Amino acid sequence: MRRSVSSIALIAALGIVFMAIGTMRRGLIARAQSKPESTAVKIDNFSFGPATLTVSVGTTVTWTNRDDIPHTAVSTDGVFKSKVMDTDEQFSFTFPNAGTHPYFCSIHPKMTGKVVVQ
Amino acid sequence: MAVRKKDELEYDHNNDGVDRRGFLKCMAWAGTGALCVMQGGVLKSFSLSQMSQMGSKPTSAGELSFVQISDSHMGFNKPANPDVAGTLKAAVDKVNTLATPPEFMLHTGDISHLSKPEEFDTVDQILKSATPKDIFYVPGEHDMLNDDGKQFLERYGKGSKGAGWCSFDKKGVHFIGLVNVLNLKAGGLGTLGHEQLEWMEDDVKHLKHSTPIVVFAHIPLWSVYPEWGWGTEDSTQALAYLKKFGSVTVLNGHIHQIMQKVEGNVTFHTAASTAFPQPQPGKADSPGPMKVPAEQLRSVLGITDVNYVQGQHALAVVDSTLA
Repeated sequence: MRRSVSSIALIAALGIVFMAIGTMRRGLIARAQSKPESTAVKIDNFSFGPATLTVSVGTTVTWTNRDDIPHTAVSTDGVFKSKVMDTDEQFSFTFPNAGTHPYFCSIHPKMTGKVVVQ
Repeated sequence: MAVRKKDELEYDHNNDGVDRRGFLKCMAWAGTGALCVMQGGVLKSFSLSQMSQMGSKPTSAGELSFVQISDSHMGFNKPANPDVAGTLKAAVDKVNTLATPPEFMLHTGDISHLSKPEEFDTVDQILKSATPKDIFYVPGEHDMLNDDGKQFLERYGKGSKGAGWCSFDKKGVHFIGLVNVLNLKAGGLGTLGHEQLEWMEDDVKHLKHSTPIVVFAHIPLWSVYPEWGWGTEDSTQALAYLKKFGSVTVLNGHIHQIMQKVEGNVTFHTAASTAFPQPQPGKADSPGPMKVPAEQLRSVLGITDVNYVQGQHALAVVDSTLA
Protein backbone atom coordinates (compact mmCIF):
# COMPACT_ATOMS: atom_id res chain seq x y z
CA MET A 1 0.00 0.00 0.00
CA ARG A 2 2.77 2.44 0.96
CA ARG A 3 4.81 1.59 -2.12
CA SER A 4 1.98 2.40 -4.51
CA VAL A 5 1.36 5.68 -2.70
CA SER A 6 5.03 6.62 -3.03
CA SER A 7 5.00 5.56 -6.73
CA ILE A 8 2.04 7.81 -7.40
CA ALA A 9 3.78 10.59 -5.53
CA LEU A 10 6.94 10.05 -7.54
CA ILE A 11 5.08 10.06 -10.83
CA ALA A 12 3.18 13.17 -9.76
CA ALA A 13 6.38 14.89 -8.70
CA LEU A 14 8.07 13.96 -11.95
CA GLY A 15 5.00 15.19 -13.83
CA ILE A 16 5.17 18.50 -12.04
CA VAL A 17 8.87 18.79 -12.78
CA PHE A 18 8.39 18.03 -16.47
CA MET A 19 5.53 20.51 -16.67
CA ALA A 20 7.68 23.13 -15.01
CA ILE A 21 10.53 22.51 -17.45
CA GLY A 22 8.08 22.65 -20.32
CA THR A 23 6.68 25.96 -19.13
CA MET A 24 10.17 27.37 -18.64
CA ARG A 25 11.19 26.37 -22.15
CA ARG A 26 8.06 27.85 -23.66
CA GLY A 27 8.76 30.98 -21.68
CA LEU A 28 12.33 31.19 -23.00
CA ILE A 29 11.21 30.65 -26.58
CA ALA A 30 8.52 33.28 -26.18
CA ARG A 31 11.02 35.80 -24.82
CA ALA A 32 13.45 35.16 -27.65
CA GLN A 33 10.68 35.65 -30.18
CA SER A 34 9.54 38.93 -28.57
CA LYS A 35 12.76 40.74 -29.56
CA PRO A 36 12.70 40.44 -33.36
CA GLU A 37 12.53 44.16 -34.12
CA SER A 38 15.32 45.77 -36.09
CA THR A 39 17.47 48.29 -34.28
CA ALA A 40 19.00 49.80 -37.38
CA VAL A 41 18.09 52.84 -39.42
CA LYS A 42 19.60 53.12 -42.88
CA ILE A 43 20.08 56.59 -44.28
CA ASP A 44 20.02 56.73 -48.06
CA ASN A 45 18.69 58.96 -50.79
CA PHE A 46 17.91 61.78 -48.36
CA SER A 47 15.63 59.58 -46.26
CA PHE A 48 15.61 57.51 -43.07
CA GLY A 49 14.58 53.88 -43.46
CA PRO A 50 12.41 52.81 -41.82
CA ALA A 51 10.84 56.22 -41.32
CA THR A 52 9.23 54.98 -38.12
CA LEU A 53 11.14 52.50 -35.97
CA THR A 54 9.55 50.85 -32.96
CA VAL A 55 11.81 49.40 -30.30
CA SER A 56 11.62 48.35 -26.66
CA VAL A 57 13.04 50.30 -23.74
CA GLY A 58 16.78 49.78 -23.40
CA THR A 59 17.35 49.13 -27.10
CA THR A 60 20.31 50.64 -28.88
CA VAL A 61 19.43 52.06 -32.29
CA THR A 62 22.19 52.52 -34.84
CA TRP A 63 21.92 54.90 -37.79
CA THR A 64 24.17 54.15 -40.75
CA ASN A 65 24.64 56.66 -43.55
CA ARG A 66 24.71 54.97 -46.95
CA ASP A 67 24.10 58.17 -48.86
CA ASP A 68 26.85 59.94 -50.77
CA ILE A 69 26.26 63.10 -48.76
CA PRO A 70 26.61 63.66 -44.97
CA HIS A 71 23.57 63.61 -42.68
CA THR A 72 22.71 63.88 -38.99
CA ALA A 73 19.98 62.51 -36.74
CA VAL A 74 18.68 65.03 -34.23
CA SER A 75 15.58 64.51 -32.14
CA THR A 76 13.19 67.43 -31.86
CA ASP A 77 12.80 66.82 -28.11
CA GLY A 78 16.51 67.18 -27.37
CA VAL A 79 16.95 63.53 -26.43
CA PHE A 80 19.59 62.66 -29.01
CA LYS A 81 21.80 64.56 -31.39
CA SER A 82 24.36 62.90 -33.61
CA LYS A 83 27.54 64.39 -34.90
CA VAL A 84 27.67 64.62 -38.67
CA MET A 85 27.86 61.20 -40.38
CA ASP A 86 29.66 61.02 -43.67
CA THR A 87 29.11 58.04 -45.99
CA ASP A 88 29.39 54.74 -44.03
CA GLU A 89 29.65 56.49 -40.68
CA GLN A 90 27.31 55.60 -37.83
CA PHE A 91 25.60 56.97 -34.78
CA SER A 92 24.12 54.90 -31.95
CA PHE A 93 21.78 55.79 -29.14
CA THR A 94 20.31 53.66 -26.35
CA PHE A 95 16.78 54.57 -25.35
CA PRO A 96 16.32 54.38 -21.56
CA ASN A 97 12.65 55.33 -21.42
CA ALA A 98 9.43 54.80 -23.29
CA GLY A 99 8.34 57.60 -25.56
CA THR A 100 7.98 58.83 -29.12
CA HIS A 101 10.92 60.72 -30.57
CA PRO A 102 10.47 62.56 -33.87
CA TYR A 103 13.84 63.45 -35.38
CA PHE A 104 15.30 65.03 -38.48
CA CYS A 105 18.53 65.68 -40.31
CA SER A 106 19.76 69.09 -39.19
CA ILE A 107 21.57 69.58 -42.50
CA HIS A 108 18.57 68.66 -44.65
CA PRO A 109 15.60 69.37 -42.37
CA LYS A 110 13.07 68.00 -44.84
CA MET A 111 14.38 64.52 -43.86
CA THR A 112 12.34 63.33 -40.90
CA GLY A 113 11.88 60.11 -38.97
CA LYS A 114 10.51 58.76 -35.71
CA VAL A 115 11.62 56.32 -33.04
CA VAL A 116 8.84 54.87 -30.91
CA VAL A 117 10.11 53.32 -27.69
CA GLN A 118 7.69 50.98 -25.94
CA MET B 1 -2.20 82.35 -69.20
CA ALA B 2 -1.84 79.30 -71.45
CA VAL B 3 -2.39 75.94 -69.83
CA ARG B 4 0.89 74.63 -68.44
CA LYS B 5 2.36 71.43 -69.84
CA LYS B 6 2.71 68.73 -67.23
CA ASP B 7 6.49 68.76 -67.13
CA GLU B 8 6.97 72.50 -66.87
CA LEU B 9 8.78 73.71 -63.82
CA GLU B 10 6.21 74.27 -61.13
CA TYR B 11 8.02 76.89 -59.19
CA ASP B 12 7.96 79.51 -61.95
CA HIS B 13 5.42 82.23 -61.38
CA ASN B 14 3.37 83.98 -64.01
CA ASN B 15 3.41 87.55 -63.05
CA ASP B 16 7.07 88.46 -63.30
CA GLY B 17 6.73 90.51 -66.46
CA VAL B 18 9.13 88.28 -68.41
CA ASP B 19 8.16 86.10 -71.32
CA ARG B 20 9.14 82.63 -70.11
CA ARG B 21 10.18 81.26 -73.47
CA GLY B 22 12.45 84.18 -74.10
CA PHE B 23 13.96 83.83 -70.68
CA LEU B 24 14.60 80.11 -71.04
CA LYS B 25 16.27 80.76 -74.38
CA CYS B 26 18.46 83.30 -72.68
CA MET B 27 19.37 80.93 -69.88
CA ALA B 28 20.38 78.31 -72.43
CA TRP B 29 22.88 80.80 -73.77
CA ALA B 30 24.14 81.51 -70.27
CA GLY B 31 26.23 78.36 -70.29
CA THR B 32 28.16 79.67 -73.24
CA GLY B 33 28.64 83.08 -71.70
CA ALA B 34 25.64 85.23 -72.49
CA LEU B 35 24.48 88.21 -70.60
CA CYS B 36 20.83 88.65 -69.80
CA VAL B 37 19.83 92.05 -68.57
CA MET B 38 16.45 93.29 -67.54
CA GLN B 39 16.08 96.88 -68.58
CA GLY B 40 12.77 98.57 -67.97
CA GLY B 41 10.98 95.25 -67.88
CA VAL B 42 12.43 94.12 -71.21
CA LEU B 43 14.88 91.27 -71.37
CA LYS B 44 17.94 92.03 -73.47
CA SER B 45 20.74 89.68 -74.24
CA PHE B 46 24.32 90.28 -75.24
CA SER B 47 26.92 87.74 -76.23
CA LEU B 48 30.05 87.50 -74.14
CA SER B 49 32.16 88.92 -77.00
CA GLN B 50 30.07 92.08 -76.90
CA MET B 51 30.51 92.12 -73.14
CA SER B 52 34.26 91.85 -73.37
CA GLN B 53 34.30 94.90 -75.65
CA MET B 54 32.17 96.74 -73.15
CA GLY B 55 34.32 95.52 -70.28
CA SER B 56 37.71 96.19 -71.83
CA LYS B 57 37.82 99.78 -70.75
CA PRO B 58 39.15 100.25 -67.22
CA THR B 59 36.53 100.34 -64.53
CA SER B 60 35.65 103.95 -63.90
CA ALA B 61 33.93 105.48 -60.95
CA GLY B 62 30.33 104.37 -60.92
CA GLU B 63 31.18 100.97 -62.33
CA LEU B 64 31.39 97.98 -60.09
CA SER B 65 32.44 94.47 -60.94
CA PHE B 66 32.49 91.47 -58.61
CA VAL B 67 32.28 87.71 -58.77
CA GLN B 68 30.14 85.19 -56.93
CA ILE B 69 31.39 81.66 -56.39
CA SER B 70 29.52 79.06 -54.40
CA ASP B 71 29.37 75.57 -52.96
CA SER B 72 33.04 74.61 -53.13
CA HIS B 73 32.34 71.68 -50.73
CA MET B 74 36.02 71.19 -49.97
CA GLY B 75 36.39 67.65 -48.64
CA PHE B 76 33.83 66.05 -50.96
CA ASN B 77 35.47 63.15 -52.76
CA LYS B 78 32.75 60.95 -54.26
CA PRO B 79 32.34 59.98 -57.94
CA ALA B 80 30.35 63.11 -58.81
CA ASN B 81 33.68 64.95 -58.46
CA PRO B 82 36.74 63.30 -56.90
CA ASP B 83 38.76 66.52 -57.21
CA VAL B 84 36.85 69.50 -55.86
CA ALA B 85 40.13 71.30 -55.16
CA GLY B 86 41.00 71.06 -58.84
CA THR B 87 37.69 72.47 -59.98
CA LEU B 88 37.91 75.29 -57.42
CA LYS B 89 41.34 76.13 -58.80
CA ALA B 90 39.83 76.15 -62.30
CA ALA B 91 37.17 78.55 -61.06
CA VAL B 92 39.86 80.85 -59.66
CA ASP B 93 41.66 80.73 -63.01
CA LYS B 94 38.40 81.72 -64.67
CA VAL B 95 38.01 84.64 -62.28
CA ASN B 96 41.56 85.76 -62.96
CA THR B 97 40.99 85.88 -66.71
CA LEU B 98 37.77 87.92 -66.73
CA ALA B 99 37.91 90.90 -69.07
CA THR B 100 37.00 93.30 -66.28
CA PRO B 101 38.99 92.35 -63.17
CA PRO B 102 36.48 91.98 -60.34
CA GLU B 103 37.05 94.13 -57.30
CA PHE B 104 36.01 91.48 -54.80
CA MET B 105 34.33 88.12 -54.50
CA LEU B 106 31.29 86.76 -52.73
CA HIS B 107 31.22 83.12 -51.60
CA THR B 108 27.63 82.08 -51.01
CA GLY B 109 28.42 79.16 -48.72
CA ASP B 110 29.11 75.45 -48.38
CA ILE B 111 32.74 76.46 -48.40
CA SER B 112 33.60 73.16 -46.73
CA HIS B 113 31.87 69.81 -46.98
CA LEU B 114 32.15 68.63 -43.38
CA SER B 115 33.17 71.83 -41.53
CA LYS B 116 36.65 70.39 -40.98
CA PRO B 117 39.45 72.88 -40.29
CA GLU B 118 41.64 71.44 -43.05
CA GLU B 119 38.81 71.89 -45.54
CA PHE B 120 38.48 75.59 -44.72
CA ASP B 121 42.29 75.86 -44.83
CA THR B 122 42.42 74.39 -48.33
CA VAL B 123 39.79 76.78 -49.67
CA ASP B 124 41.61 79.74 -48.13
CA GLN B 125 44.83 78.55 -49.73
CA ILE B 126 43.29 78.17 -53.19
CA LEU B 127 41.48 81.50 -53.05
CA LYS B 128 44.74 83.24 -52.17
CA SER B 129 45.67 83.01 -55.84
CA ALA B 130 42.52 84.82 -56.94
CA THR B 131 43.18 88.37 -58.12
CA PRO B 132 40.44 89.94 -55.99
CA LYS B 133 41.78 89.96 -52.45
CA ASP B 134 38.57 90.94 -50.70
CA ILE B 135 36.26 87.99 -50.25
CA PHE B 136 32.97 88.11 -48.34
CA TYR B 137 31.45 84.84 -47.14
CA VAL B 138 28.10 83.63 -45.94
CA PRO B 139 27.88 80.10 -44.56
CA GLY B 140 26.09 77.10 -46.00
CA GLU B 141 24.64 74.32 -43.85
CA HIS B 142 27.81 72.28 -44.49
CA ASP B 143 29.83 75.00 -42.74
CA MET B 144 27.81 74.78 -39.52
CA LEU B 145 28.36 71.13 -38.65
CA ASN B 146 29.17 70.05 -35.08
CA ASP B 147 29.86 73.56 -33.83
CA ASP B 148 26.86 75.64 -34.97
CA GLY B 149 29.11 77.80 -37.11
CA LYS B 150 31.74 78.76 -34.53
CA GLN B 151 34.58 78.07 -36.95
CA PHE B 152 32.87 79.97 -39.73
CA LEU B 153 32.56 83.02 -37.48
CA GLU B 154 36.16 82.79 -36.36
CA ARG B 155 37.45 82.57 -39.90
CA TYR B 156 35.08 84.74 -41.91
CA GLY B 157 32.86 86.60 -39.49
CA LYS B 158 34.90 89.72 -38.81
CA GLY B 159 32.60 92.69 -38.59
CA SER B 160 29.50 90.56 -38.80
CA LYS B 161 26.63 90.20 -36.36
CA GLY B 162 24.92 87.19 -34.86
CA ALA B 163 25.57 84.06 -36.89
CA GLY B 164 27.56 86.03 -39.46
CA TRP B 165 25.23 88.49 -41.18
CA CYS B 166 26.70 91.74 -42.41
CA SER B 167 26.34 94.68 -44.76
CA PHE B 168 28.78 96.91 -46.61
CA ASP B 169 28.86 99.40 -49.42
CA LYS B 170 30.85 99.39 -52.62
CA LYS B 171 30.65 102.27 -55.10
CA GLY B 172 27.16 103.20 -53.99
CA VAL B 173 25.80 99.64 -54.05
CA HIS B 174 24.63 98.30 -50.70
CA PHE B 175 25.47 94.63 -50.01
CA ILE B 176 23.68 92.53 -47.42
CA GLY B 177 25.00 89.11 -46.45
CA LEU B 178 22.41 86.93 -44.72
CA VAL B 179 22.64 83.62 -42.86
CA ASN B 180 19.71 81.28 -43.40
CA VAL B 181 21.29 77.94 -42.44
CA LEU B 182 21.19 78.03 -38.64
CA ASN B 183 18.46 76.70 -36.31
CA LEU B 184 16.78 74.78 -39.09
CA LYS B 185 13.56 73.15 -37.90
CA ALA B 186 12.43 69.61 -38.63
CA GLY B 187 10.58 69.46 -41.92
CA GLY B 188 11.48 73.07 -42.57
CA LEU B 189 13.30 75.26 -45.04
CA GLY B 190 16.05 77.83 -44.62
CA THR B 191 15.39 80.37 -41.92
CA LEU B 192 16.56 83.91 -41.21
CA GLY B 193 15.10 84.36 -37.75
CA HIS B 194 13.71 87.27 -35.84
CA GLU B 195 16.99 88.82 -34.71
CA GLN B 196 18.47 88.92 -38.20
CA LEU B 197 15.27 90.28 -39.75
CA GLU B 198 15.14 93.08 -37.20
CA TRP B 199 18.76 93.92 -37.94
CA MET B 200 18.06 93.96 -41.66
CA GLU B 201 15.04 96.22 -41.32
CA ASP B 202 17.14 98.66 -39.40
CA ASP B 203 20.06 98.32 -41.80
CA VAL B 204 18.12 99.47 -44.88
CA LYS B 205 15.78 101.91 -43.16
CA HIS B 206 17.67 105.07 -44.03
CA LEU B 207 18.96 104.15 -47.46
CA LYS B 208 17.74 106.11 -50.48
CA HIS B 209 15.31 104.26 -52.70
CA SER B 210 17.71 104.66 -55.60
CA THR B 211 20.45 102.68 -53.85
CA PRO B 212 21.03 99.41 -55.70
CA ILE B 213 20.83 96.50 -53.27
CA VAL B 214 22.59 93.16 -53.51
CA VAL B 215 21.54 90.48 -51.02
CA PHE B 216 23.57 87.30 -50.80
CA ALA B 217 22.72 84.18 -48.80
CA HIS B 218 23.23 80.46 -49.17
CA ILE B 219 19.76 78.94 -49.49
CA PRO B 220 17.57 80.60 -52.14
CA LEU B 221 15.43 83.41 -50.83
CA TRP B 222 12.62 82.43 -53.13
CA SER B 223 10.68 79.20 -53.28
CA VAL B 224 12.59 77.16 -55.84
CA TYR B 225 11.44 73.70 -54.72
CA PRO B 226 10.19 73.39 -51.12
CA GLU B 227 9.98 69.58 -51.34
CA TRP B 228 13.78 69.53 -51.39
CA GLY B 229 14.19 72.32 -48.86
CA TRP B 230 15.04 74.81 -51.61
CA GLY B 231 13.54 77.92 -50.08
CA THR B 232 13.59 80.15 -47.00
CA GLU B 233 10.62 80.20 -44.63
CA ASP B 234 10.76 83.85 -43.67
CA SER B 235 12.33 85.46 -46.74
CA THR B 236 9.06 87.23 -47.59
CA GLN B 237 9.63 89.40 -44.55
CA ALA B 238 13.16 90.24 -45.67
CA LEU B 239 12.03 91.09 -49.17
CA ALA B 240 9.28 93.29 -47.79
CA TYR B 241 11.98 95.53 -46.29
CA LEU B 242 13.43 95.93 -49.78
CA LYS B 243 10.20 96.80 -51.57
CA LYS B 244 11.00 100.48 -51.74
CA PHE B 245 14.26 99.99 -53.66
CA GLY B 246 14.38 100.32 -57.43
CA SER B 247 16.97 97.64 -57.98
CA VAL B 248 17.43 94.53 -55.87
CA THR B 249 19.62 91.60 -56.85
CA VAL B 250 19.51 88.43 -54.77
CA LEU B 251 22.43 86.03 -55.16
CA ASN B 252 22.16 82.54 -53.73
CA GLY B 253 23.78 79.12 -53.96
CA HIS B 254 22.82 75.78 -52.40
CA ILE B 255 21.07 74.21 -55.39
CA HIS B 256 24.22 73.74 -57.49
CA GLN B 257 22.66 74.99 -60.70
CA ILE B 258 21.97 78.29 -62.37
CA MET B 259 18.48 79.55 -61.96
CA GLN B 260 16.99 83.00 -62.28
CA LYS B 261 13.69 84.64 -61.54
CA VAL B 262 12.60 88.22 -61.88
CA GLU B 263 9.82 89.63 -59.79
CA GLY B 264 9.22 93.34 -60.20
CA ASN B 265 12.37 95.12 -59.12
CA VAL B 266 13.98 91.99 -57.72
CA THR B 267 16.22 89.68 -59.71
CA PHE B 268 16.90 86.35 -58.01
CA HIS B 269 19.86 84.36 -59.19
CA THR B 270 21.47 81.12 -58.04
CA ALA B 271 25.01 80.19 -58.95
CA ALA B 272 26.48 76.92 -60.14
CA SER B 273 28.71 75.07 -57.71
CA THR B 274 32.45 74.80 -58.20
CA ALA B 275 32.25 71.20 -56.89
CA PHE B 276 29.36 69.17 -58.32
CA PRO B 277 25.98 69.69 -59.97
CA GLN B 278 22.60 68.69 -58.57
CA PRO B 279 19.47 67.61 -60.42
CA GLN B 280 16.78 70.03 -61.52
CA PRO B 281 13.78 70.25 -59.19
CA GLY B 282 11.83 67.02 -59.19
CA LYS B 283 13.99 65.40 -61.86
CA ALA B 284 15.51 62.89 -59.41
CA ASP B 285 14.53 61.12 -56.19
CA SER B 286 16.61 63.46 -54.11
CA PRO B 287 18.75 66.60 -54.44
CA GLY B 288 22.08 64.81 -54.02
CA PRO B 289 25.25 65.09 -56.11
CA MET B 290 24.52 64.38 -59.74
CA LYS B 291 27.01 62.32 -61.72
CA VAL B 292 27.69 63.45 -65.25
CA PRO B 293 30.23 62.01 -67.72
CA ALA B 294 33.68 63.13 -66.60
CA GLU B 295 34.28 65.17 -69.72
CA GLN B 296 31.10 67.15 -69.07
CA LEU B 297 31.73 67.95 -65.41
CA ARG B 298 33.38 71.32 -65.91
CA SER B 299 30.59 72.46 -68.18
CA VAL B 300 28.09 72.22 -65.31
CA LEU B 301 30.29 74.01 -62.77
CA GLY B 302 30.97 77.72 -62.87
CA ILE B 303 31.27 81.24 -61.56
CA THR B 304 29.01 84.30 -61.76
CA ASP B 305 30.30 87.68 -62.84
CA VAL B 306 28.26 90.71 -61.85
CA ASN B 307 28.65 94.19 -63.26
CA TYR B 308 26.95 97.34 -62.25
CA VAL B 309 27.05 100.52 -64.22
CA GLN B 310 25.77 103.59 -62.46
CA GLY B 311 22.61 104.80 -64.06
CA GLN B 312 21.60 101.38 -65.29
CA HIS B 313 18.57 99.95 -63.56
CA ALA B 314 19.71 96.37 -63.22
CA LEU B 315 22.96 94.66 -62.40
CA ALA B 316 24.32 92.60 -65.26
CA VAL B 317 24.69 89.00 -64.11
CA VAL B 318 26.77 86.70 -66.30
CA ASP B 319 27.31 83.02 -65.59
CA SER B 320 30.26 81.23 -67.11
CA THR B 321 31.10 77.58 -66.81
CA LEU B 322 34.54 76.13 -66.17
CA ALA B 323 34.68 74.54 -69.64
